[in-house]
Amino acid sequence: MAKILIVAEHDGTRLNASTAKCVSCARSVAGAQIDVAVFAADGAAVAAEAAKLAGVTRVLRIDRPENSHALAALLAPQVAHLAAAYTHVFGPSTTFGKDLMPRVAALLDAPQLSDIMAAESATRFRRPTYAGNAIVTAEVDPGTRIVATVRIASFEATPGGGAAPVETLASDVALPSHTRFVSIVAAKSDRPDLQSASRVVSGGRALGSADNFKIIYSLADRLGAAVGASRAAVDAGFAASDLQVGQTGKIIAPELYFAIGISGAIQHLTGIKDARTIVAINKDAEAPVFEVADIGLVGDLFTIVPELEKLLGA
Amino acid sequence: MKRILVCVKRVVDFNVRIRVKPDGSGVITDGIKLSLNPFDEIALEEALRIRERGEAEEVVAITIGPADCQQQLRTALAMGADRAVHVVHDGVVEPLTAARTILKVIEKEQPFLVLLGKQAIDDDNNQTGQMLASLWQRPQATFASKVEIAGTTARVTREIDAGLETLEIDLPAVVTADLRLNEPRYVKLPDIMKAKKKPLDSMSLADLGVSAVSRVKIVKTEPPAQRQKGIIVKDTQELVAALRKRGVL
Repeated sequence: MAKILIVAEHDGTRLNASTAKCVSCARSVAGAQIDVAVFAADGAAVAAEAAKLAGVTRVLRIDRPENSHALAALLAPQVAHLAAAYTHVFGPSTTFGKDLMPRVAALLDAPQLSDIMAAESATRFRRPTYAGNAIVTAEVDPGTRIVATVRIASFEATPGGGAAPVETLASDVALPSHTRFVSIVAAKSDRPDLQSASRVVSGGRALGSADNFKIIYSLADRLGAAVGASRAAVDAGFAASDLQVGQTGKIIAPELYFAIGISGAIQHLTGIKDARTIVAINKDAEAPVFEVADIGLVGDLFTIVPELEKLLGA
Repeated sequence: MKRILVCVKRVVDFNVRIRVKPDGSGVITDGIKLSLNPFDEIALEEALRIRERGEAEEVVAITIGPADCQQQLRTALAMGADRAVHVVHDGVVEPLTAARTILKVIEKEQPFLVLLGKQAIDDDNNQTGQMLASLWQRPQATFASKVEIAGTTARVTREIDAGLETLEIDLPAVVTADLRLNEPRYVKLPDIMKAKKKPLDSMSLADLGVSAVSRVKIVKTEPPAQRQKGIIVKDTQELVAALRKRGVL
């Protein structure tokens, strides 16, 4: 029987939505036991949240002062220590999981499958390669322990309503001191989180300046949407790097996605393929973004966006 | 000698439109353009800049791949690497095997810094750097957008989902490059000529005492599901009507 350990992602106080999606992925492996591990300085609140996720068998809470920041070099030995009792170790395919899980896999001498988008069985998984242009089905022999990152855009969050027991574990695994957290600069925002928002408005190079980018924020606020950006817009300094959507930025799956002034480089389209409805606004009717858009509007974004905002307010 | 090791991989050029073979056995690679993985070019550029600032004395590029990967190593030498190591291998190299191989070369070369791209744009695994740091039992700083060397430590700014995180790491360490770390230089013709004379060592996995363990079998490769063809509306009123009709407003 599959025994799956999921490494919870959190910010010290709240569970990240990516964890509920990892649980969904794990639940698609028939009959799996699913344990969620919370590594934190004080994981009480996060563990309580994880315990409510439907399908979770147990929540394991490992409190250590060294866990106050999620540093892969410090977390990996703790995860690997716990993983000895499991057949699978899952983490989200966010920068947290991408950083951590291969470090765990190497400690376990286990192969890793990155960005799994479907679990066909306990040993057979689907994952994207070549920026999503080739989907491979990968298989390992039964009995091979697997580490995986879960492509969170491919899974709905598992619902709440569960009541898994929380077990507190002591950890005396030796941790290195060679890696130290210095600081984090996070864009403070009252807007919805880009990775989990149901609506996203993204702007591209055609916005022309950081100042012009304000119309993207304005429309997003009208829609209650998160703001995203193309790589070109981030490179040009119109938007912060944590807003980048695409192959190397965030891969998202909102209900509604607006691509405004974005031509639609393949690397960007990779990041939005799973959006339910894609709206493209671009003055170039030949832009590749129109090939994936459900609704396209050709025209000048500087006229269209304010007009749209006004119509939505009416 | 203060040395930086840069790991590079040959991949299908990022401008090539990828097509899956009709029999599902992989993607078409015959006769298409192959290049250095763009993230590895960024890693190499960073190494060259560190050397040019006088904080390193030598930059060594390493790749694992078939004999004709030598061409991409020559590109790395033309960009400015001082010498190259080619671990010649024809078959699949899983990330853990790649990490084990690089570790063997590290033991020989004793670099104070190992730079790699954060992921290769073919298999999109994003694993090798982290696995290498893990096996080496040294720090890792992935997704770097800024690297500052300060004696026996480095400060690395990382692009993470929550924003920009800065870590301080003891050297030696592994750093993986993200897009905005730098813009790689263009190779000039005289440098291509000069690169032909730079030292390039070839060896096999067996020479290094590594066996290529393959534990993940790719049973099928398919093109992604296509989205249904959409509609074009003529103005914002039609757009709002179409959104309402789809029930997303």
